[in-house]
Order: sequence, then structure tokens, then C-alpha cells
Amino acid sequence: MFNYVIRRLLYSVPILLGVIALTFLLFNVLQTPEAAAAMAIGSKAPQQAREAWIKSRGLDRPKTEQFVKHVKNLATFQFGTSWKTGRELNEVFRQGAGPSLLITLPGFLAGLLGGVGLALYQVYVRKSLLDRSITLFAVALMSVPTVVYIFFLQAVGALMLNYFPASGFDWRGWETAKFVALPIIVMAIVNLGSDVRLYRTIFMEEINQDYVRTALAKGLSSGVVLGKHVLKNGLIALITLTVATLPRLIMGSLLIENFFGIPGLGNLLVMAIGTSDQPVVLACTYLGSLLYIGGLILTDVCYALADPRIRLS
Amino acid sequence: MSVFFTHWLTQNLLVLAGFALLAWTLWSVSHHERWRRAWLRFRADRTGLVALVVVCLYLLLGALEVVRLPAGKGGPQSVLDLFLSGITTEKTYSAPLATTLLSSAQPEPLKGRHLLGTDALGKDVLRETLKACKTALILGGLTAAIYIPLGTLFGILAGYFRRRVDDAIQYFYTTLASIPEILLLIAIIFVLGQSLTSMCIALGVTGWVGLCRLIRGETLRQTERPYVAAARSLGQSHWNIISRHLLPNVMHLVVINFVLGFSGIVLTEAVLSYLGVGTPVGTASWGNMIDGARSELSRDPLVWWNLVSAATALFGLVLALNLLGDALRRAFDPKQG
Repeated sequence: MFNYVIRRLLYSVPILLGVIALTFLLFNVLQTPEAAAAMAIGSKAPQQAREAWIKSRGLDRPKTEQFVKHVKNLATFQFGTSWKTGRELNEVFRQGAGPSLLITLPGFLAGLLGGVGLALYQVYVRKSLLDRSITLFAVALMSVPTVVYIFFLQAVGALMLNYFPASGFDWRGWETAKFVALPIIVMAIVNLGSDVRLYRTIFMEEINQDYVRTALAKGLSSGVVLGKHVLKNGLIALITLTVATLPRLIMGSLLIENFFGIPGLGNLLVMAIGTSDQPVVLACTYLGSLLYIGGLILTDVCYALADPRIRLS
Repeated sequence: MSVFFTHWLTQNLLVLAGFALLAWTLWSVSHHERWRRAWLRFRADRTGLVALVVVCLYLLLGALEVVRLPAGKGGPQSVLDLFLSGITTEKTYSAPLATTLLSSAQPEPLKGRHLLGTDALGKDVLRETLKACKTALILGGLTAAIYIPLGTLFGILAGYFRRRVDDAIQYFYTTLASIPEILLLIAIIFVLGQSLTSMCIALGVTGWVGLCRLIRGETLRQTERPYVAAARSLGQSHWNIISRHLLPNVMHLVVINFVLGFSGIVLTEAVLSYLGVGTPVGTASWGNMIDGARSELSRDPLVWWNLVSAATALFGLVLALNLLGDALRRAFDPKQG
């Protein structure tokens, strides 16, 4: 097992290097120093000021030298300071991680539970009219843009019922729950449609296995077989596929955090796009990839723990 | 160069070329056994047929807006404009079918009736919603022109040659896929600048990975089949095997992937427009209309018609595309349905 983890970690090193090279290509090669300067201090700034800016950032140095610096900075998490607010980015990220996790994790778990429950129920009533209706409903859920969910839930939960605050965030112990409740609900619903369809496919594959027939032949009720045997076996496939959807989590949380005024990483990125704050965009891209690669390693390890055959190959 | 591409005649020709290419592809695969059988199954699928008709309607509307005629007053005019030429433009918001402007103290009469009201600039919302089909069509078409050749070519190459080629291509797309899609999209548009073209490039660069994976897997399976071995033993060149034997046998995956990918593109446009890296302001798009609702929903009286009509139009297209994709999948692979 230890060997497997080490091998898996080593395998991701070239990928990480590739990601760093890609970000360099985007931000240092495709984007000219002049364009970067215009973004940072404004295109109306005097020529000298822009040239001085390029010099101070080392953007006039040879590309190879810039690349070495780029790799060194990213590998040691030296993201520098924001162009617009001048704040240390590491500090900003540390503050934003808490609120972000407070939304994405519960939202993701709630969505997972809801999706698995609905999918299991679909398998329970499989090939009936109800099953087909739920599938159609799931396709309809998939076809609604995220923004519309946000508008709708805010209008109902905050403006009509007046139960939740329309936006904002504050660390206040249990009171915090009121701020994050609506974002969490949106988070859970946004991916529900595609998740239900995915989980249904997984469970439908399990239902045709021999062990299901044996269990049913033993006289176990259909509910027990589904809730215990099928769920357990389906979970292995489910874990792999859910981690593959984790990047979508970031996508959802970008809009949600921004709209509900949650001071998380997603909101930070949206603000940075609005103000052309390149270091933040670069750092978010890099950190997002790092999280994703880490998530993939974790999935593979979980997978290997659940199924010992994996480790051999 | 840019004058050439923005000229109305070139754009008309490009659209025609796009549709001709689509028709030619469908015509050339229609002789294939697999496609004939799929068509027979698809014909019996009522949901799929309805979805196909709806998607075609959207495409037609988009094409009517892209194709322009020289006969306008202020320069060339789109065909759709000719149909909708009777619609007046007001000063600012007005409710659906209202007779006066929305927010003036003294009721100011409108020049005409508007079924879905008017927006902040007084433009008819129904017309803007219809015009936005063009943006969706351009986005889908241009993105497809970038990512389908890339994904199909690399996928087949990786699956056919295997070994080194496969390793290199796999490494490349694994790296690209390690950057979460939305972040890569934002980064690319951020660097290239906000425009429809850079959105298409960004969507194309991120989109080919999924297709490439799919095609690679299917090619790996197909090359195990006797017909490829037969073609090889008859001394066929690599190019012949790839273009004559492998390509037609993976083409259905491309079509299904594109239909489902198109729905993703339309949804992503809405997200990107909200984030401020989407369709430039001034171009009619559902994403921009939905984004505008952020301020409109907090107005009093509430301005809801802009959001509702854009969201409904978008929902209709995405739903139809999703259902069509599923129907195609069922038609080509009845075991899975």
C-alpha cells in the first residue's frame, strides 16, 4: 500500500510541472508585458510608468529566466501580492478558505446524499413510469442555468419568506448557519440533475450482478438488498466518479459565493476578474489544479483500499 | 484580415459553409449500416424527434440572424431583422403589453406594444431573445470547429498507434484536464481579452479533452476487431485505415458528444457572462440578459420579463439538446438505453 501511494505521488509530479508550464505559457508568453502593464496600472498610465512597472516585475528578462522564477514561485507557494489591493495573497487565501469550505463541503455532502437517495429510489421502482419521470426531471434540472437557481432561491428564501439574509457573511457561532443555509441549498441542487442520472447508471449496473440475484433468492426484501448490498458495492464506482466532478464544485461556488456575498476563494476570484487582478487569477488557477490533482490521488488511494486488486496493476 | 472576417458577405459564406459541412457529413455517413439502423431506431423515438425539431428551429433562427442582406438602411441587415422590422424601440423599460413606460412619474405612452416588454435601452425583449440564438449558434459552431478536429484526430492517433504517441497525447490531456475547466476558461479569456472569439478558443481548448478520451477508448476497442487486421494484412496504409475504416466507426460518438457538449457550451456562456468574461456587452446573448437581471430584480416595480424570457429560451435549447443527445445515444447503442 505504501509503495502504491508513493508511486501515485511520483506519477503526479510531471502533471504538476505541466500545469505550471501551461500557466507560464498563458500568463507570460501569450500575454505580452505591455498588456500586463496596461492591466496592472491602467492603459492611460504614462509610457515611462508602464516601462518601469515591467522592469520592476522582471518581465523584460529572458523567457528562460522568467520561467525558472515562475516554477520556483509556484512550487514554494510564493504568490506575491495582489496588483490591486497590495495584500499578501497567501494571507488572503488563508482567510478565504474557511468560508469557502463552509459552503462547498456541506453543499456537496447534501447533494451527494440527495442524489444517492433519489437514484436508489429510481432503481427500486425501475423501468416504471415514475422512474422515467424522475429521469426526465433530472434532465430538466440539468438544463437550468446556475444563476437562475440562485435568483429563485434568494427570491423565495430571503425576500419572500424573509427567513434568511439575502447576502452577507459573519463568524457568529451558530448564527453563521443562517448566512450559509441558502448557498448550501443552491450548492446541493445545482448538480443534483446530472448526479442522479450518473448514480442511477451505476446502481443499475450493480442490480444485474449475480450477488443481487443470490440475495433476492435467499428471501431478502428488495429494500434491504438495495440499501445494503447494492449501495455498498455501488459506492466504489461512485467515489471515483464523484471526485471527477469536484472541479464543477468550484464552478458552482464561484457564482454562489459572489452572489450571496460569502468572502471565500470563489468570490475572491470573481472580484479579481472584475478588477483585472492577474496574480489572483494565476494563483487560483494553480491552487485549483493542485486541489484537483490531490483529489485524484486521494480517490485512487481510497479505491485501492477498497479493492486490493487495483494495487497490483 | 479582420476586415475580411467581419465583412457581412464572408460571414454569410462561413455560415453556409458550416451548414454544408454538416449536411455533407450526414450524407457521407448515411450509407453506413450502423447509421441506417440508428436512424430506424431514432425514428421511432418520439422524444428524440421532438427534440430534434426544436434544436433545428433554434439553429434556423440563429442562421437567419447571422445571414445578412445588403438592403438595410444603416448597412446590411439580417434576415431576421427584415421579419421583425415593424418593432419599435422605446426609451427604457416597459412591462409586457403595457401601454406606458415603466418608471416615469407621468405615464409616457409607448410607440407600440411589446409582447415581452422592453429592456433598459428600450429594445424589444422578444426580439433580443430571438437574436441571441445567433450568439449560441456562433459559439457552438466555432467551438465545434476547433475542438472536434482536435479531439477526433488525437483520439484516433492515440488509440491507433498506441505506445509513445498514446503516452504523449495522454500526458498532454491529463495535464490540461488537471486545471479545473472553469478556471482554465477564465484564465484563457482573461489573457486573450473578452470577446466571442476568445470564448470560442477557450471552450475549444478545454472541450477537446473529453472527446479525445472517448475516441481513444473506442479506437482501442475497434483496432482489436478483425476488420482492422484484415485491412492491415491487405497492405492498406495507416492513413487509409484511419480515414476509411476507423473514422466512420467512431463518428457517432463525435455527434453524440457534440450535441451534449453544445448544451454545456450554452450553459457555460451564462456562467462566463455572469463572471464578466463572457459575451461582450452589446451583443445579444441569453447570458448577458440573465446577468442584467441582477440589478433588475432589485428594482421596484420588479423587472422580471428580461430574465424569464432569456432563461426560458436558454432552458428550451439546453433541454432539447440534452434529450436529443440521449435519444441519439439510445439509437446508436440500444443495449445501454
